Amino acid sequence: MATEVLMPALSPTMTEGKIARWLKNEGEPVRAGDVLAEIETDKATMEVEAIDEGVLARIVIPEGTDHVAVNTPIALIAGNGEEIPRAEKLAGTAKVRPEAPVETRTARPSPGPRARPAVPAEAEYTGKTTTMTVREALRDAMAEEMRRDGSVFLIGEEVAEYQGAYKVSQGLLQEFGARRVIDTPITEHGFAGLGVGAAFAGLRPVVEFMTFNFAMQAMDQIINSAAKTRYMSGGQMGCPIVFRGPNGIAARVAAQHSQCYASWYAHVPGLKVVTPYTGADHKGLLKAAIRDPNPVIFLEHELLYGESFAVPDDPELIVPIGKARIAKVGEHVTITAFSRMVKLAMQAAAELEKTGISAEVLDLRTLRPFDIETVVASVKKTNRIVSVEEGWPFAGIGAEIAAIVMEQCFDWLDAPLKRVAGQDVPLPYAANLERLAVPQVDDIVTAAREAAYR
Amino acid sequence: MAVKRKSDPVKFDDLGVSSTELLKYYRDMLLIRRFEERAGQMYGMGLIGGFCHLYIGQEAVVVGMQAALKGGDTVVTSYRDHGHMLACGMDPKGVMAELTGRRSGYSHGKGGSMHMFSREKNFFGGHGIVGAQVPIGTGLAFAHHYRANGSIGLTYLGDGAINQGQVYESFNMAALWKLPIVYVIENNRYGMGTSIDRASARTDLFHRGTAYGIPGEQVDGMNVLAVYESGLAATEHARSGQGPIILEMMTYRYRGHSMSDPAKYRTRDEVNRMRTEHDPIEHLRHRLLEDGASETQLKGIESQVRDRVAEAAQFAQDSTEPDPAELWTDVLAEV
Repeated sequence: MATEVLMPALSPTMTEGKIARWLKNEGEPVRAGDVLAEIETDKATMEVEAIDEGVLARIVIPEGTDHVAVNTPIALIAGNGEEIPRAEKLAGTAKVRPEAPVETRTARPSPGPRARPAVPAEAEYTGKTTTMTVREALRDAMAEEMRRDGSVFLIGEEVAEYQGAYKVSQGLLQEFGARRVIDTPITEHGFAGLGVGAAFAGLRPVVEFMTFNFAMQAMDQIINSAAKTRYMSGGQMGCPIVFRGPNGIAARVAAQHSQCYASWYAHVPGLKVVTPYTGADHKGLLKAAIRDPNPVIFLEHELLYGESFAVPDDPELIVPIGKARIAKVGEHVTITAFSRMVKLAMQAAAELEKTGISAEVLDLRTLRPFDIETVVASVKKTNRIVSVEEGWPFAGIGAEIAAIVMEQCFDWLDAPLKRVAGQDVPLPYAANLERLAVPQVDDIVTAAREAAYR
Repeated sequence: MAVKRKSDPVKFDDLGVSSTELLKYYRDMLLIRRFEERAGQMYGMGLIGGFCHLYIGQEAVVVGMQAALKGGDTVVTSYRDHGHMLACGMDPKGVMAELTGRRSGYSHGKGGSMHMFSREKNFFGGHGIVGAQVPIGTGLAFAHHYRANGSIGLTYLGDGAINQGQVYESFNMAALWKLPIVYVIENNRYGMGTSIDRASARTDLFHRGTAYGIPGEQVDGMNVLAVYESGLAATEHARSGQGPIILEMMTYRYRGHSMSDPAKYRTRDEVNRMRTEHDPIEHLRHRLLEDGASETQLKGIESQVRDRVAEAAQFAQDSTEPDPAELWTDVLAEV
């Protein structure tokens, strides 16, 4: 049967165009791929090609015609030896052309439990513990997971022979060898992407950034490749990878080496973002991150590496990603914090206690998925909340918590949320200016008093 | 193998390519051509949306390279990926249904033209950011190396991607660690609307690995047998532990960069000359007829291909759109 040639759309927004010229005449034989005509819009010129072999039976729309609507039949191709239909029959054939699906309003489904999975807290640990630094806890977590699973490997700058720029990977090269503890050139974009490819292939890379400041070089691979590919592939392409390293301020290293990226990564669906404080959480959460089938951003802190904590000995103790920890129970005001800021929040809580204010300190531990339940339950109890973070306030984690509290427990609030955050400036070098730029214990105490109207 | 530009004509008989294999190459190239023509037509009808980059003209590259691969080898490319998927043996129905954004598409309608994958066929995408597939492909090769499984990675990139920094980061690591990888540069002479001589200080791209000691070769990418011959040697090089190698395929896309291409940056004469004088499918067709294949035999193949494409197009239109609940699936894997 004769087939229609329809006016094509050059882009999703085009509705009409002009037939600039016909390159074949009526009665001329055509082969698949032959250019039949040129179509013009204000933006582009496009060729219409024949799909099948036959004869150009009829030119319906002559060249030079403007404002031809998309999907209008513009010509008719007859099969070889087929009788050429008469012009008046064409009107009837137009109805059988395939139609693009009509856009209809579909009710947006609820994300359901997927968006807010109920993560049970880990059982209370009563076994043996060893006092060790955060640096050692991280090393032990990696070593235990590498012993457990041969597909886990560590890759990054200075992780092997140098033993880690911050000595986090001390001893790993000696135990696991150069095949699994891999020094890279200074090439963040490249080795982050290489890690993503290896994860697509089913390995479990732990990619160390010397600091997260350098991970900006690798941002495209982290967001576009690691976070999105599982979704874009309909679930086929999992990316079990951990990107880890120190985040936030250090000491006197100035703006390019001092920045908190927590809210950057927490913004992105397809990532998990972990921000531990205690030694036990560094170990248990890093083990969870390595075993997780998804890309995990594991934000450490240089100023915590040397701090000591009691850390469980049990190599099977995993801290679940997605569950906040109540670091201190209190009644009058909730203080949320993560990473190093938990330490300052605890110090502030001790100060507040002296003046009769009982603060509840939440160590958020994970920023994505966010443990909304624990925060909301605490606010419903204390009716007041202070958010503490080292990063900038605008569009920061505190801003997100403010929105969550507004949406989930507005009626329970007795005061507006207060934010304690880094000052809205690049971090200065001078010791006095640096101190002014980052949150201090006093800032948290003041904010909590203001929230408590005391 | 040093850096070289090949000028000797390929001696087909030496390659051990049988007439059955030649007919398969013909069928596979024709499938890509007809599939892409149909995709272009369906785009024109509004059935395919967004960006759609057609592979018409470059068919010999993927068909010749695929013939040189072994089971277990992995393939990754950029967003002009329909031809690569069909060459890998992915089902045209699933590819076309993804183009129309339907649930039976390879990505359940959530990836579209530029983002399709098949673990079963070892095709790792389909990546939309120019050059990003190069570190990823290097990571796939790293995984082969890590597992010492004897397989290699094949990473395609275009003459546009070759100027991205991450390409050289990848070249360096691949050479440093002797990863089993073949980088295939598909030089179709235009990165979007910018011709190679306006984008690259040196236009012979097979030299681009020289600084890392990576051998390179320029290949007639419009001749499937020339591609196959170079592909065999290159995959053998990578497989034997000698590290990465670059093949620069001299090829040409007949269509625009994407569907909405004003085509002001090159002349119609240039396009017509490539089509009439260098078409890879016509080239092989003549070769097959000279070798004793009959017109009837080739017509039979053409008819089968047409039917497969028609079936794929019908399937892609009949398949339903994704269930609205799919909006929320596949963001994260369940722990």
